Amino acid sequence: MTGEFSPGLILILGALLVPLLRGRLRAIYMLALPVAAFAYLLTLPQGDLGIVNIGGLSLNTLRVDKLSLLFCYVFLIATLICVVYALHLRDTVQHVAALIYAGSAIGAIFAGDLATLFIYWEGIAIASVFLIWSSRTEESYRAGMRYLIIQVGSGVLLLAGLLIHYRQTGSLAFGVLALDAPGGLLIFLAFGIKAAFPILHAWLPDAYPRGTPTGTVLLSAFTTKVAIYALARGFAGTDILIPIGTVMAAFPIFYAVIENDLRRVLAYSLNNQLGFMVVGIGLGTELALNGAVAHAFADILFKGLLFMSMGAVLFRVGTVKGSELGGLYKSMPWTTGFCIVGAASISAFPLFSGFVTKSMIMTAAMEEGHFWVWIVLLFASAGVFHHAGIKIPYFAFFAHDSGKRCQEAPLNMLVAMAISAALCIGIGCFPGLFYGLLPFETAYRPYTLDHVVAQVQLLFLSALAFTILMRTGIYPPELRSVNLDAEWLYRRLGRSLLEGARAAGEAAWKLLTRGFGHGVSFAIAYVRRHHGPEGLLARPWPIGTMAVWTTIMLAAYLVFFYL
Amino acid sequence: MEALWSHLPALQIVIPLLGGVLVALVRRGSLAFALTLVVSWVLPVVSGLLLYQVLSTGPISYALGGWPPPWGIEYRVDVLNAFVLMLVSAIGAIIMPFARRSVALEVGERRSAWFYCMYLMCLAGLLGVAITGDAFNAFVFLEISSLSTYVLIALGRDRRALVAAFRYLIMGTIGATFYVIGVGLLYVLTGSLNMVDIAQRLAVAPPEQARAMVAALAFLTVGISLKLALFPLHSWLPGAYAYAPSWATVFLSATATKVAIYLLVRFLFSIFGGALDLRSLPVAEILIALSVAAMFIASFIAVYQSNLKRMLAYSSLAQIGYMMLGIGIANQAALTGGLVHLVNHAIMKAALFMAMGSLFYRVGTVRLTEIAGIGRKMPLTMGAFVVAGLGIIGTPGTAGFISKWYLAVGALDRGWWVLVFLLVASSLISVLYIGRVIEMAWFRPAADGLAEAKDPPLSMLLPLLLLAAATIYFGIDTRLTAGIAGEAAQFLLGGLR
Repeated sequence: MTGEFSPGLILILGALLVPLLRGRLRAIYMLALPVAAFAYLLTLPQGDLGIVNIGGLSLNTLRVDKLSLLFCYVFLIATLICVVYALHLRDTVQHVAALIYAGSAIGAIFAGDLATLFIYWEGIAIASVFLIWSSRTEESYRAGMRYLIIQVGSGVLLLAGLLIHYRQTGSLAFGVLALDAPGGLLIFLAFGIKAAFPILHAWLPDAYPRGTPTGTVLLSAFTTKVAIYALARGFAGTDILIPIGTVMAAFPIFYAVIENDLRRVLAYSLNNQLGFMVVGIGLGTELALNGAVAHAFADILFKGLLFMSMGAVLFRVGTVKGSELGGLYKSMPWTTGFCIVGAASISAFPLFSGFVTKSMIMTAAMEEGHFWVWIVLLFASAGVFHHAGIKIPYFAFFAHDSGKRCQEAPLNMLVAMAISAALCIGIGCFPGLFYGLLPFETAYRPYTLDHVVAQVQLLFLSALAFTILMRTGIYPPELRSVNLDAEWLYRRLGRSLLEGARAAGEAAWKLLTRGFGHGVSFAIAYVRRHHGPEGLLARPWPIGTMAVWTTIMLAAYLVFFYL
Repeated sequence: MEALWSHLPALQIVIPLLGGVLVALVRRGSLAFALTLVVSWVLPVVSGLLLYQVLSTGPISYALGGWPPPWGIEYRVDVLNAFVLMLVSAIGAIIMPFARRSVALEVGERRSAWFYCMYLMCLAGLLGVAITGDAFNAFVFLEISSLSTYVLIALGRDRRALVAAFRYLIMGTIGATFYVIGVGLLYVLTGSLNMVDIAQRLAVAPPEQARAMVAALAFLTVGISLKLALFPLHSWLPGAYAYAPSWATVFLSATATKVAIYLLVRFLFSIFGGALDLRSLPVAEILIALSVAAMFIASFIAVYQSNLKRMLAYSSLAQIGYMMLGIGIANQAALTGGLVHLVNHAIMKAALFMAMGSLFYRVGTVRLTEIAGIGRKMPLTMGAFVVAGLGIIGTPGTAGFISKWYLAVGALDRGWWVLVFLLVASSLISVLYIGRVIEMAWFRPAADGLAEAKDPPLSMLLPLLLLAAATIYFGIDTRLTAGIAGEAAQFLLGGLR
């Protein structure tokens, strides 16, 4: 057994001390935790370090290689930024949950076997839900409940999958998995839920916008990225991921455009960015994988930055509804600036981080000959610029003046956003340093003429479309009543469809299960009749009966033995 | 010192036996408690040394009174019963501090010396059953423990305790009778009472004796099944656990049935395993069928109980089903699971019953409907209840998960998927009955009568928290539990024909 422990444990165990501290001491302590974890990380060599033997199973709790290191770096950076961002909070529950959540995510990244992964997987689910519940509204409670059910469901699938996998292969090691075995398939589904594959994605836009202003920043950083890491580790080069990722990159665009809640817009755009990464993993070439993990790295930073700016708005104004905001740049100039940096990064402007990472995936798709995938991704890129790059800053900070005046965001929030923004620009301007961290050696050059020109063309075209739509007054949120009507219609349509489906389903169900339903209620009544307090089995039997049973048992044994 | 070292097996029994007599002579409540505490704390040292000795140098044979086996009585300690000795004495030591206030309240100062005397007798009996290598001597110890158990139960405050003790008395006696008949048959067959000797002689017995041998097996299995309350011979247990003094329930639930299971394992594997081809007899099938029945029926009954001690008693019956399931499946993983569940269940159930004892100490009731909102008044007690309850359910990260994991792996090794499904399904029922309590204790506004309630004094709280912590600890580090259980399982399976 080697004695190294996962750096995640520093955060998890460290979090337990947070409730004991107050004021400035607590702030310093919380800032020190990710720094300490990072310092500890630097002392670790690469390799399988945390071998633990439990009940005959050899578990590898700490696998350090370039892939896990990269994710750990960005997770620690995100943790530090989020701690800074949340410094003004007095809510102990959120602080503790945030640190445990981050620690679990880091633990999961370093898990070298499926059992360890499962434990941290559940830790992520349980710790993160408190960040949603901490909003302390009825709505967030319900959304958190739904979130928890789905996340724990993913954990259960993972557990079932790993058990079957263990049975078949006799190994718990978390290496490359295959889809052709039932175990691998279940694990794939578990990862898919957390990575918000289409159809399995509903929890993401449902839960994230309901987290606390600070909590959502964390949520956007960890849960889905752990899944991306897990996919990259276990299912790199799995073909089915390419269509899944392509659909994932495209469909949230439409939702994002019609959505009014700006944090939900970001949630959809998060889902869409995940699509790019999933495509990269599905392609499975060195360039594509590099692109996927690099994009995950960049996405944590710029999506975090966007969520932070919206969080600041929510914190100061109390709403992030596009229709109620506008003109905030007068009150919150710094936040506006950082938001624009984030928007530029996510839209992949040259010199911003999104450009140097996303283009790797696109290039890989082209190199592998997936022309249609490339086209859809191109469309998705334009869409991203449209809804995240323009819509978010435009409706929050510019557009028509809502007349709202508030203070600039608190200093700690600004500092956190500044760090993120600096990293976004830094990666965008000096990609060489960043590429050195990637799992595979790369000679990729993002700043070639055709890349830059193509991207700028795309961006300008998208901006043009937005401008024309705004000018001609077709763009939905400006026509507020139309938008609400549309939304209302959409909801009513959805509901009536659901209602119809439900009625049809119910009729079919009734027809199908009249007998079955009777059976179930009969079974419950049966169980109650025999096991209930007055039931035959639960009543204290008379001594005579017990003695008779003893005799029956003896007779039964003898009969069976002599048969 | 060297002399003492070689007499450790005898000390294991002599200390509690003499302690019991001494306590009976002292008669003063607090002094009696102090004596009992000392005895209880010395015993795990003895059994710890025995376990260490066995693990490092192999089985110990101790000839009582210098009469060599097979004529004299032999105390024989191997890894299996060293494990059981350690379990019983460690549980006794850990829960002992809890006894003082609980027993003083429920039994009364005046009678508590008698209570402790009976406890030590019972402890001596249980340890004796575990340590002895003589089939008839085991019967004697079984009776010592049973008789003292009847008294322990009858000392309960509720008048129904008398009926429960009486029912147990009758059933226990029937069980003991069956056991003696079984041993008698073996004696006729082999002319020996020493277990090792019986096993050797049975192995070379002429084939026409197989019929009598099988009859002996049937009598012994049924007799011991009664003692360990395997469905459908369980009916004495819920009443006995529900109405006995809280602390007696803690002790009995954690140890008494475990020792009976040990005895069954000993007979099945070490004695009959070498003589008969057990796989040609439907022993496994019957045991598995009864275990599954116990897992489901007892769990369902527990869901409907309103007296929480009674509910936990039914849950014990279901958990006995898990242990017996491991013995029925009888391969390395499953047997490890069954044996490790002896320990894990002892820890968790002792914690749960101590939580009940604390409730009764502070609130005077263990009825579900009367403890609404108690979680906020007694957070540590009910917190420990939640932890141990999660263990009973088998949540990953708790000791209960380890047992079920091994059982599931064992069932899968045999290719019995259905059993794995049943294992999980029955765990889901335990979510219901544990969840009911958690919901009532934590998610309801506090009932009026509970305004004064608070966590019990430290002497009661510490053992409770210790065992709750152990539930988590043994869910993570299983070297001590599953490791030794695995060795014991290997040892047992190695003796099979």
